[in-house]
Amino acid sequence: MSKSSDQTTGRETQTGVSDQSARRLTIKILRHNPQDSASEPRFEAFELDEAPGMTLFIALNQIRDEQAPSLQFDFVCRAGICGSCGMLINGRPGLACRTLTSKMAPAITLAPLPVFKLIGDLSVDTGAWARQMGERLKTWVHQESEPDIDRLEERMEPDRAEAIYELDRCIECGCCIAACGTARMRRDFVGAAGINKMARFRLDPRDERSDEDFYELVGSDDGVFGCMTLLGCNDVCPKELPLQTQLAFMRRKMARVK
Amino acid sequence: MLASRLPARLDVLQSASGVFLALFMWLHMFFVSSILLGKDAFWHVARFFEGYHIFGKPYPILVSGFALFVFVMFIFHAALAMRKFPADYREYSTFRKHAGELKHGDTTLWFVQVYTGFAMFFLGSVHLYTMMTRPESIGPYGSADRIVTDWYWPLYLLLLFAVELHGSIGLYRVAVKWGWLEGRNSAATRRNMKRAKWLVTVFFLALGLLSLAAYIKIGIDHRDNYGEHYVPASLSVPLEPRQ
Ligand code: HEM
Ligand code: SF4
Ligand code: SF4
Ligand code: FES
Repeated sequence: MSKSSDQTTGRETQTGVSDQSARRLTIKILRHNPQDSASEPRFEAFELDEAPGMTLFIALNQIRDEQAPSLQFDFVCRAGICGSCGMLINGRPGLACRTLTSKMAPAITLAPLPVFKLIGDLSVDTGAWARQMGERLKTWVHQESEPDIDRLEERMEPDRAEAIYELDRCIECGCCIAACGTARMRRDFVGAAGINKMARFRLDPRDERSDEDFYELVGSDDGVFGCMTLLGCNDVCPKELPLQTQLAFMRRKMARVK
Repeated sequence: MLASRLPARLDVLQSASGVFLALFMWLHMFFVSSILLGKDAFWHVARFFEGYHIFGKPYPILVSGFALFVFVMFIFHAALAMRKFPADYREYSTFRKHAGELKHGDTTLWFVQVYTGFAMFFLGSVHLYTMMTRPESIGPYGSADRIVTDWYWPLYLLLLFAVELHGSIGLYRVAVKWGWLEGRNSAATRRNMKRAKWLVTVFFLALGLLSLAAYIKIGIDHRDNYGEHYVPASLSVPLEPRQ
């Protein structure tokens, strides 16, 4: 779009009366289908008119409906809850459904999250990663005795419950992993989401594991000590989890294990 | 079998050795910059570390000993921190591409730390070895001659930038890594620490550049008397064991 048309229609944009006022967006998408041996990774550019309140989710659907029926990308909740729409937005990991096009320059570049297995175009398999992380870190409450399911659960301090809930907000979108230089260099690094999960279970009074037990899971250079405190994770997490604080906290606790 | 506690210990030692070196470099800069107060000031600082003011006679071996200690810490820290270097070209290029795409301050700063750390392997070793083997030459004329006539100024100029960037980034990283002084609002603390980090870098760079300029000026003026030792106003003959 040229500067002059921007100026002549600028006023109408404000009031939203005129359709011509809409910005023309150019969305460049990294396309590749790993299932198809003939497919080469390539950028394809799509143009469309920006609509009021448009998110990348809306833009991508429109592109698929009107221009590229084979375009692959993931969405479920459209509200930043399910964690399936993580992608590189102008090089930065983020949730497409929570990204307003109006906050960006009209030329937008989208690519799949690195590190994860590519399904096709913008779709990656974060599910497989989340599952292996859960198994590796044993992300469930560990108790010695069988819980008595006929009895009311022990009460928890509201502050404690609040703190656990805060860390439980992780939606396993994978953005923190894709933003982590360590995770990109070293495939076995647990990443911030994993360390945050450990911190979450450590807080939970029902989990009987000791710091020695947690050390077995994250006390290594693939765990907390591998983190180089680049804090990309902290700065991109769409749920704004306190990853910086949790990483430092777990590092201190694990460094103290005798 | 229990997981090894070694990674935990090494991580703590890496930070501890880095903090020791970084704080030592601050003190070091204050000593070196005493040249800005005049030749006598630096002469006294240099002799002080040789025990002159305690024993009445300089013992340069004390400086050799301390330089050796710093050299050992330096090698120790480098050996531990080296574990974090990209291990091969694939890791290096992955990180480089990542840092380029993400445009994220702390990620880029880590790269600066890797580059400056690598450079210091060479630059720092030359300097420390010289201090270990030629301690008696440290002084307003000896150091200035080394810098100008012996061509150490390019080495010191590069080393200055490497140390000041590496050390203050390192201190900032140690603080966020272990959650020191985090307070209630970790984001605000981090912003302030980063601001402080840049101020520290600029302050020590400025002090270092001014000091280096002062030595270069003395060295140029002293070129024709290379090797002569400085005699402070308070003494009439050079100290033993100088010639
Ligand atoms: C050959 C010399 C050196 C090399 C190869 C080296 C290398 C490194 C590397 C790669 C890191 C990052 C480690 C990480 O991300 O976990 C680091 C951290 C650090 N360095 Fe150095 N360095 C050297 C000398 C120095 C010197 C002279 C100082 C003091 C000015 C210093 C102070 C620090 C500090 C404070 C840290 C942060 C420690 C941490 O994160 O645990 N280093 N060094
Ligand atoms: S910690 Fe944040 S960025 Fe990482 S997976 Fe959870 S919600 Fe996503
Ligand atoms: S702080 Fe850095 S190295 Fe550590 S998990 Fe976050 S992005 Fe990765
Ligand atoms: S679609 Fe669920 S988080 Fe974006």
